[in-house]
Amino acid sequence: MEFSNKYIVCFALALCLICSATVSSLAVVLKDKQEANKLLDKQMNVLRVAQLIETDEEPNPEKVTRIFEDIEVLTFDQATGNPVEIRNVWKFNPLKNSKTDEGGVDASDPRAKRVAIKRMPKTLLAYRVKTAGKECLVLPIYGNGLWSLLLGFLAIELDTSKVVGITFYEHLETPGLGGEIDNPNWKALWPGKLCFDEDGNPAVEVVKQGAVKNPATQVDGISGATITSKAVGNLVQLWLGDTGYGPFLRQQRGAQR
Amino acid sequence: MNKETNAILVDPLHLKNPITLHVLGICSALAVTTKMETAVVMSLALTFVLVLSNISISLLRNKIPGSIRIITQLAIIASLVIVADQVMKAYIFDVSKQLSVFVGLIITNCIVMGRAEAFAMGNPPLKSAIDGFANSMGYAIVLLLVGFFRELLGSGKIFGITIMESVNNGGWYFPNGLMVLAPGAFFLIGLMIWLQRTLTPEMQEEEN
Repeated sequence: MEFSNKYIVCFALALCLICSATVSSLAVVLKDKQEANKLLDKQMNVLRVAQLIETDEEPNPEKVTRIFEDIEVLTFDQATGNPVEIRNVWKFNPLKNSKTDEGGVDASDPRAKRVAIKRMPKTLLAYRVKTAGKECLVLPIYGNGLWSLLLGFLAIELDTSKVVGITFYEHLETPGLGGEIDNPNWKALWPGKLCFDEDGNPAVEVVKQGAVKNPATQVDGISGATITSKAVGNLVQLWLGDTGYGPFLRQQRGAQR
Repeated sequence: MNKETNAILVDPLHLKNPITLHVLGICSALAVTTKMETAVVMSLALTFVLVLSNISISLLRNKIPGSIRIITQLAIIASLVIVADQVMKAYIFDVSKQLSVFVGLIITNCIVMGRAEAFAMGNPPLKSAIDGFANSMGYAIVLLLVGFFRELLGSGKIFGITIMESVNNGGWYFPNGLMVLAPGAFFLIGLMIWLQRTLTPEMQEEEN
């Protein structure tokens, strides 16, 4: 069948209009629901690492919102630890922000290089959990493992002495090897480890599997996942260090005493 | 049901299976079959897209100018895929997070374009719908089989329920690392094609 050029152009235009109208109206209708899902997912991860809910518990928006009434979101300056006003904290993303000129600085800590991070954020975010008996600070942490960026949380006690828990909610490490950083049995090795040594330097570290000499600070690595395990150790140290949450945590320690 | 409809419905499951005979849609078959759950959701998403794209393209088949037919098909398919992706993000967020880019990649899944070009352009809507559904089922069967073996051998689970306790969790089963990686799916699909062609010799190509 032969069609005139005019028909072809009109057909293409009409098709484009119909398709784009369908897609965009759907996107607008579903936007609220999708945003809510993203927020819930993020909040669930905070609750998991603070051990306020079971690891495999199904998301329940009401329960999460209720627990979050006891959680304070803190935003603060990296270098001083002083509070910084952020308009919408749930949309604030230090990682994304660190890539802009005003939001980040070039990473100076040698540990940043080991986890392939080029820029460190100037403004950081943390969650203070105030639920009775479960008080802790939840710090977002990230860094590169073997294949991918590991995104996670580290929970530590309010006086910053010990680790409460660690979790990675997004990564693309090899399942069964590096992916075992998800494994509850491995994550169970973390609680109780000392965060800092007497001089205030980051102390908790990951060592080669079976080479734990000092169980107070050392975490056994995952066998078959040397690079990923090392990356986890390095990024925890990086974020506890002076270019990470260090200044803020020192302030918290002072406030506790 | 007459013989022709019957053939449209049954052939893609076995003799004209899109994955094992045409060897299309391999990319997603490798990527989303580490677990049964993602395989099921991916199959459902593909069924949705394929049936609707076949129907809409078949409805328009006499209106689509030949010179821009491929881009027309692509526009329709892409819109449907975005719809599926958006709905999944709104209602089954967890699974959509695991499938990540692969829902979007249905757009480039050769099965969808292949059926649009080879079938829907020349057949009425009802037949095209049946054809789309049957091909999705052929795809789904392979995905589920591959997913079943990969999840069972790779992590000792089925639908996330532990069948064989793995060594890492204090059990006895030493998980097969190959199965959780993409090459594991290559081996499984290769074995399936081999088995299928051995059982049905008419599928084999003639030797030169």
